[in-house]
Amino acid sequence: ICDTYPQELYVPSSAPTKVILSSSKFRSKGRFPVLSYLHKNEAALCRSSQPLSGFSARCEEDEQLLDCILQSNPNSMYMIVVDTRPKINAMANRAAGKGYENEAYYENIKFHFSGIENIHVMRASLTKLNETCQLVTPSMGGFISGVESSGWLKHVRSVLDTASFITNSIMDGISVLVHCSDGWDRTAQTCALAELLLDPYYRTTHGFQILIEKEWLSFGHKFTDRCGHIQGDAKEVSPIFTQFIDCVWQLQQILPSAFEFNERYLLILHDHVYSSQFGTFIGNCQKDRIDLRLAERTYSLWGFMKAHESEYKNPLYRRDSTADVLRLNLCPQSIRFWRGMYNRFENGVHPREPLGDLLAATTEHTQALTDQADFLTKRITWLKNEMERKGKNSSKCSSDNSYDNKIIDGEPQQNGDVKRNSLGVFGTQEVEASLVSVGALTVTDCIDSGHSLDKLSPNSNYGSYPHSKGYSRRSLGQILSYQSNCVVSDELTSVALDWKTFRNIRECSCSTPFDHFSRKYHCWRCGEVFCTRCIDKKASLPGHLSQQPVPVCRPCYKDVTRSVSVDTP
Amino acid sequence: MEFADLIRISRCDRVMLQRPHHPKLDGTLCITGHHLIASSRDNEPQELWLLHSNIDAVERRQQGMTGGILWLKCKDLRILQLDVIGADQFAKVADTIEDLIRVEEPVLQYPFFYRAMYTVLEDGWTAFTPESEFSRLIQPGDDWRISYVNKEYKVCPSYPSAVVVPKNIEDGDLIAISNFRQAGRFPVLAYRHEGLAVLMRSGQPMITANGKRCKEDERLLNSVLAREKRGYIIDTRTQNLAQSAKNLAQSAKLRGGGYEPEPHYPNWRRVHKPIDRHHVLLESLTKLMDGVNDTTSGTDKWLSRLESSSWMNNIKETLNCACLVAQCLDQEGASVLVHDTDGMDSTLQVTSLAQIILNPDCRTVRGFEALIEREWIQGGHPFATRHARSCYTPSTQRSKANSPTFLLFLDCVYQIHAQFSCSFEFAENFLVLLFEHSYSSQFGTFLGNNECEREAMNAPLRTASLWSFVNRPEVLPKYLNPMYEPNQRVIWPSVAPMSLQLWGSVFLRWVVDQGPQEAAWSVVRELKERDSSLRSRVARLRRQLQDLEREAVEVGIITPSTEEVTMTV
Repeated sequence: ICDTYPQELYVPSSAPTKVILSSSKFRSKGRFPVLSYLHKNEAALCRSSQPLSGFSARCEEDEQLLDCILQSNPNSMYMIVVDTRPKINAMANRAAGKGYENEAYYENIKFHFSGIENIHVMRASLTKLNETCQLVTPSMGGFISGVESSGWLKHVRSVLDTASFITNSIMDGISVLVHCSDGWDRTAQTCALAELLLDPYYRTTHGFQILIEKEWLSFGHKFTDRCGHIQGDAKEVSPIFTQFIDCVWQLQQILPSAFEFNERYLLILHDHVYSSQFGTFIGNCQKDRIDLRLAERTYSLWGFMKAHESEYKNPLYRRDSTADVLRLNLCPQSIRFWRGMYNRFENGVHPREPLGDLLAATTEHTQALTDQADFLTKRITWLKNEMERKGKNSSKCSSDNSYDNKIIDGEPQQNGDVKRNSLGVFGTQEVEASLVSVGALTVTDCIDSGHSLDKLSPNSNYGSYPHSKGYSRRSLGQILSYQSNCVVSDELTSVALDWKTFRNIRECSCSTPFDHFSRKYHCWRCGEVFCTRCIDKKASLPGHLSQQPVPVCRPCYKDVTRSVSVDTP
Repeated sequence: MEFADLIRISRCDRVMLQRPHHPKLDGTLCITGHHLIASSRDNEPQELWLLHSNIDAVERRQQGMTGGILWLKCKDLRILQLDVIGADQFAKVADTIEDLIRVEEPVLQYPFFYRAMYTVLEDGWTAFTPESEFSRLIQPGDDWRISYVNKEYKVCPSYPSAVVVPKNIEDGDLIAISNFRQAGRFPVLAYRHEGLAVLMRSGQPMITANGKRCKEDERLLNSVLAREKRGYIIDTRTQNLAQSAKNLAQSAKLRGGGYEPEPHYPNWRRVHKPIDRHHVLLESLTKLMDGVNDTTSGTDKWLSRLESSSWMNNIKETLNCACLVAQCLDQEGASVLVHDTDGMDSTLQVTSLAQIILNPDCRTVRGFEALIEREWIQGGHPFATRHARSCYTPSTQRSKANSPTFLLFLDCVYQIHAQFSCSFEFAENFLVLLFEHSYSSQFGTFLGNNECEREAMNAPLRTASLWSFVNRPEVLPKYLNPMYEPNQRVIWPSVAPMSLQLWGSVFLRWVVDQGPQEAAWSVVRELKERDSSLRSRVARLRRQLQDLEREAVEVGIITPSTEEVTMTV
């Protein structure tokens, strides 16, 4: 019926297929009204393209479909139709046989024009803004008036305003139908933003991805044409998605704790919408993507984003601190110029001590320390218990120990036996105690089988003991001396207590310079600062209780795993 | 004069108060000698205490016999609306408030009636004595000394009793120089960078039409450079003022101002860096606030008002000049003398900003307080005159001497703070606190125009100091920057237009709710606190574990790792 729509669509259950078919004929490009989002209060957010009403045409089935949408919401007597175009544009379209719904034909609808300009105006506006950003030595006045005359902030505000209007209507329990001309540019922007405002789920990283998939990819925003992926009609190119990203950034500025993802997430997303490195944003609609067999032939951006998740976390995110539905005060003063986007590659103009990155590092540091604290507490409890027991049956233990020491000369098999004995002795003891024994056993077993110790995977036989690996690692460290029960100084130093500050670090040890945009990383073991390429290794540190693999630098990786060489990727 | 004469009505019922970000308050208004108190008797009692000195202007609109509306426009840029019932009552309330805010007699101000309800641990009045402060700058045996030539405030009424001057200049010479420099402000030391390059400030030289010279002045300046090659005289007068001085035009001749002629000061190079001052600055602020308070008009109008106010431009120019001064001192090691006409406004901005850029001490709470005290309060910035009226006073009622110079300085500090968010010990709200108290306060710190006036009204003994309030351990943590990490380096801010942003928590806070931003900061604080408490916990656990292990080794549960040393080597 409509080649720019996805295969599955939600329509009112009361609407028969015949009605939908006729309605789609009456709508531009066959994009009939479909459900986009259903709020808890049963108010529905629907989207479509403009009706082919011209000056007097009408389609009863289309009217019926709208009525079905209205009927599905028991809370309201009427619904609102938002035409995101300025009224004059809608009138002009009318002359071309398109236009907008006539309130006289459609019962119980209220009409609202929200006056967002079309793609050509947006394109010109962003071009002007970019020119302003690239002025060589701009004066303050020149810069502000450049921003003003580009009108970009004005357009951003009008998009946000419309989204806010839709949100308010839905919150009042009124269903809303949104359309523009074809229902894939302004409609996508405003619907997606309204949903961001309405539902906290879409403000999580995962939810945002779903939102993009749904409102933009499935409903056929023409990414190939709008982003100019391939040489095409220059008039079709327009920064509609950029503008949407900018709007989301504005929301992030207004409500710093409301979003799970950060500014960098938006920038990377924006980069890859244009880069075509991943298949996600190639094609104009779902049909294109299926025809191109993109799912088989390309990688998805979301996989890449998932792998770098830690970079995109907003450390200020507090799920419970913001209301479920965001109500905005969108006065012109709260819309700001996004320096991070439009002046991204000018290093000099950005804050020298970016708060977001520093906070992200703090959260990671806290995580590392928590793990170590858990480890230490556990070890201390174990030692204390041991000491108490020692007091009770001191003779036995000391004999064990002396035996242990004798074996130091060699014979690993016997060592293993001793350990098994000791396991027997302490067999009924707490887990902590047995863990050490298990660690020791791991060592001996490995020697028996002659395997390289590095290959010992955490999921080996002893995987049932989640903590065994750390102990085995520690034992590895001591293998030369065959002392399994010794002081754990290794564990203590394996987690950096303090991390080096990002300040005044201009380049990584590999002499890659850091610019404003590149994220700096800490090695969780030594606390030094590295660039993203030098910290590609992950290893579990002996000083961590959870034994989660954590980012480490290459020298530390060598140290921890005792491997002779580190492969360079 | 008695307050009772002015207060025509001390209590007025059934008033309606509307203020930003608060529900309407319906209740009683009480007027005392210093305060306006509005309180409701609802279930949730609300109260507002407002110092009369905070009110900048009163606008009234009488509505027949039923009463009228009063708009109280405050110096902290807030606007309150007060509905009073009854024409007679309305007139009385309005007249009373208008009279009370015109009380300018310093000793009738609130600080002289305010009694601190807490024990003062360290009196802010004596915390920053010139002797202790200057001891950071000069050591015995230096080329500089503290001079008490101004002990009676006769040589220069706006200077403090103790100033630092070159050692080889006698007090008699200083008196001669003070006759040559405007307002008697002879060159004094403000800062010494790394013990070498010096930063001085003064008033403009009064060379008059016939090119008057002052041998002592020349000797002072030239002796500073004795061991160096060059010095810079930074002239911050606005173009037309300096132009007229340059051409020795009629007006300047009459006033006698001028510039240092090069032949007499051979090693000094003059640089002209105009910065707006006085009423020009106040007009700029007025225009800015006109724009800010209009939230209904479009983005374009807001941006064009922001531009035409040229407030951002003032920030840029001031920061630019400060950077230039800092650059001369740091990069070239050259000495700098800054002056404008009388050296009480833009001179102080530039010298204090340069110190913030160069001197890490000035970025601590204590150091910043010392800087404000030294450069602004003791340095003779006429707070009483400059802050008597602010931007809401109609231009006909202003004097040319009213000016938000100090606010501009704080805004510049904010801009540096925003770019180096970890280099300052205090948080942004500390700057807001200073802004508010510099205009209206229960503390005597910003009373009067200079030390001489404060001495005359005996302020140090009769009033409490802001510093003794804010430095209390119960109060100070609120104003500390959770991200602080001492930075010993020189910090160079970016002055590109896109790097500067409007100071939201001063200019926009009554229009746009800053709640989410403040909430975000408390999250930051929480994160940081958690991290540092974890850090100390881990350190403690490590020590505990080491002790335990030592004990355990002794009793033989575990064996010491003898190989440890060789392994780490």
